[in-house]
Amino acid sequence: MLAYIIRRLLYAIPILIGVNLLTFALFFVVNSPDDMAASQLGAKYVTPEAIANWKSKNGYDKPLFVNDDASGIGAVTDTIFFTKSVKLFAFDFGRSESGRDITTDVSTRMWPSLAVALPSFALGIWVNICVALMVVMFRGTALDRWAVFVFVSLMSISYLFYIIGGQYLVAKQWMLVPISGFDPDFQPWKFLLLPVLVSVVSGIGSGARWYRTLFLEEAGQDYVRTARAKGASEISILFHHILPNALIPILTGIVVLIPSLFMGSLLIESFFGIPGLGSYMLDAIRGQDFAIVRTMVFIGSILYIIGLILTDISYTWADPRVRLS
Amino acid sequence: MGEFGIKPVLLWSDALVFMLVIVLTTFFYRLRNDPQTRERWGQVFSSRLGMITFTVIMVYVGIALLDSLHFRRALPHPEGVDTTEVFYDNKVTSVLDIMLDGMGDRFERTYSAPFALKSFEKSNMKDEQGNEVRDFEWLEHAGQHLASPADKWPDLLRLSAIALAWGLLASAVLVGAQWSWLRGSIYPWYASWAVQVLITCFMVWLVYISRYYHVLGTDQGGTDVAYQSIKGIRTGVLLGTLSTLVMLPIAVTLGVSAGYFKGWVDDVVQYLYTTLSSIPGILLIAASVLLFQVYIDLNPDYFSVGMEKADARFIALCFILGLTSWSSLCRLIRAETLKISQLGYVQAAHAFGVSHSRILGRHILPNVVHIILITFVLDFSSLVLAEAVLSYIGVGIDPSMGSWGNMINGARSELSREPAVWWTLTGAFFFMFILVLAANLFSDLVRDAFDPRSSSGRSQA
Repeated sequence: MLAYIIRRLLYAIPILIGVNLLTFALFFVVNSPDDMAASQLGAKYVTPEAIANWKSKNGYDKPLFVNDDASGIGAVTDTIFFTKSVKLFAFDFGRSESGRDITTDVSTRMWPSLAVALPSFALGIWVNICVALMVVMFRGTALDRWAVFVFVSLMSISYLFYIIGGQYLVAKQWMLVPISGFDPDFQPWKFLLLPVLVSVVSGIGSGARWYRTLFLEEAGQDYVRTARAKGASEISILFHHILPNALIPILTGIVVLIPSLFMGSLLIESFFGIPGLGSYMLDAIRGQDFAIVRTMVFIGSILYIIGLILTDISYTWADPRVRLS
Repeated sequence: MGEFGIKPVLLWSDALVFMLVIVLTTFFYRLRNDPQTRERWGQVFSSRLGMITFTVIMVYVGIALLDSLHFRRALPHPEGVDTTEVFYDNKVTSVLDIMLDGMGDRFERTYSAPFALKSFEKSNMKDEQGNEVRDFEWLEHAGQHLASPADKWPDLLRLSAIALAWGLLASAVLVGAQWSWLRGSIYPWYASWAVQVLITCFMVWLVYISRYYHVLGTDQGGTDVAYQSIKGIRTGVLLGTLSTLVMLPIAVTLGVSAGYFKGWVDDVVQYLYTTLSSIPGILLIAASVLLFQVYIDLNPDYFSVGMEKADARFIALCFILGLTSWSSLCRLIRAETLKISQLGYVQAAHAFGVSHSRILGRHILPNVVHIILITFVLDFSSLVLAEAVLSYIGVGIDPSMGSWGNMINGARSELSREPAVWWTLTGAFFFMFILVLAANLFSDLVRDAFDPRSSSGRSQA
């Protein structure tokens, strides 16, 4: 088991190098630092001096890969590739284009993100399972068919409408919670209520539909027929036979998402004014702050790879027949 | 070319979408005699839901295609200038604009509610005595033919009745032609006809009433919201299809070669898609679009008309979405190819010395077509939804190009006004929801018919 995890972690290294090279290619080869400087400073009417100034201030005035001017190890380390990309491996994220320390920003903004993402995630799964179970209880009836239709309809609504509609109804019309904002010291739950509600409701369509399929798959298995033959009630079959068995694919399917919860949700956070990593990314994209985008790509990839490893571990945990080697 | 001359404009996206139509038509034309394919499609279309959703999707595609026939109108000959040269309008018009009967040309000053006669906001104006007053301004293109404002609702009823009569007449012609041809068919065409009648009547009504009123009001810039919503159809449909078109060749080539050749090819392909899928999709897309934007900003001379610039950005977005999203399809195709290449008939082909390219073309590719098809239909709706989100983030469609995402983005704070401006969001919601719902329901049916493992429960329960 331990050997397996170590090997998986070693596999992750070439992938992270690949991610790094890809972002490097995107940010520095496709568009030269000159182009970035020009667009940051206002496109067409910039002087070469202003560009040179911006580049030296942000550390882009170095050669891409090999620095011929520097001696010894400096030939490799005093380059854009080393200072901007390789240092990410040491979790040295450097400074954003506007001069802020990215590491500090990430570590403070992680918590509001988690405060929204974690309850949404847990509550969402619980609600989806309950709804799916209820529908499965009526499988084969008209109610079931209509429920699937409703799920598909819910899936067909853009996420933006859930947010806008939620803000309009709950916050503006019924005035139950503030429309947006976040205050960690003064009743933070008040600000979290609506974002969590919106993410849960918007996820019901696809989530409950998927869980229903999983439950129905289990309901067609032999052991369910056996249970029915020995006289178990439908309710007991549902809760004691189908549910525990269907939890395995549910669990293994969602574990990969858990590490990514740190990243927060781009849309929810920006609409509700929550100062998390999601809105951080959005601001970086809108402000064309490439240093932050680069860092977040790197962090996101690490979290995804951790998610994949956790998924494999969860297989062994949920199903003892699986052996990792 | 006289005063009414036109000059056709072929945008890159137009060329691509017509190419796509030709490719798909030939593809299905060649498949028409394959019994298995016929049976599966027969299963899809023998259900009423299949017919209904397919008809809705076809209407959207039809509108998108009409909106892709672009041209520039010739300007009237300037007085007193002795030249035979014809000048063309800088504005690009489409056939759809003509069919909508100038719906997009009737601008107001700013917001106005659906069917309103007066502006939504007060503005400064002069009364008969020349005094400054602040009041709701009369709209320029709403209810001009009315004798008094009180006649509005009776007039609307009268116009609706006329429009409905025309709509029924048009649908009678449309359905009648199909009926005489298809009445003996085993498929539930009547479901499709019912939808056709509904849509025809609605469109005729919309265009007819729009001559006299703004059915869905106007937005902040004074543009008709119904017009904007219809213009959003082309963007949504094209984005959904072109992105998949970009993705397919990459995913199929890499997936099939990984599953077939195995060894180092498989390692490389697996490494590629793991790397790509480990990057958060939205960030990769955003970064790519931003970089393309920098490129456009620095090379403004490449694009002659404003629309071409927006179109270039649109094509780039399609390519970026395609290039970043092939990993899941590639994974599926690789797994399927691995399975198929172990089967007896492929092994036999090997033993007979059949070349790799022939085995791939004759034995492997036809057997992964169903995966490609399911992905194509499934991805379509998610891409339409993604467009709205990307436009909100600011890395989507160019704001000058109409799209539902841009409409939502522009209107997201309008609900918090007092009283709320609800019609822009409603328009975008309605047109987008119908398309995505139809595509989702249709893709479920296609998956049930084509995927042997699929168990949506309908057959089991």
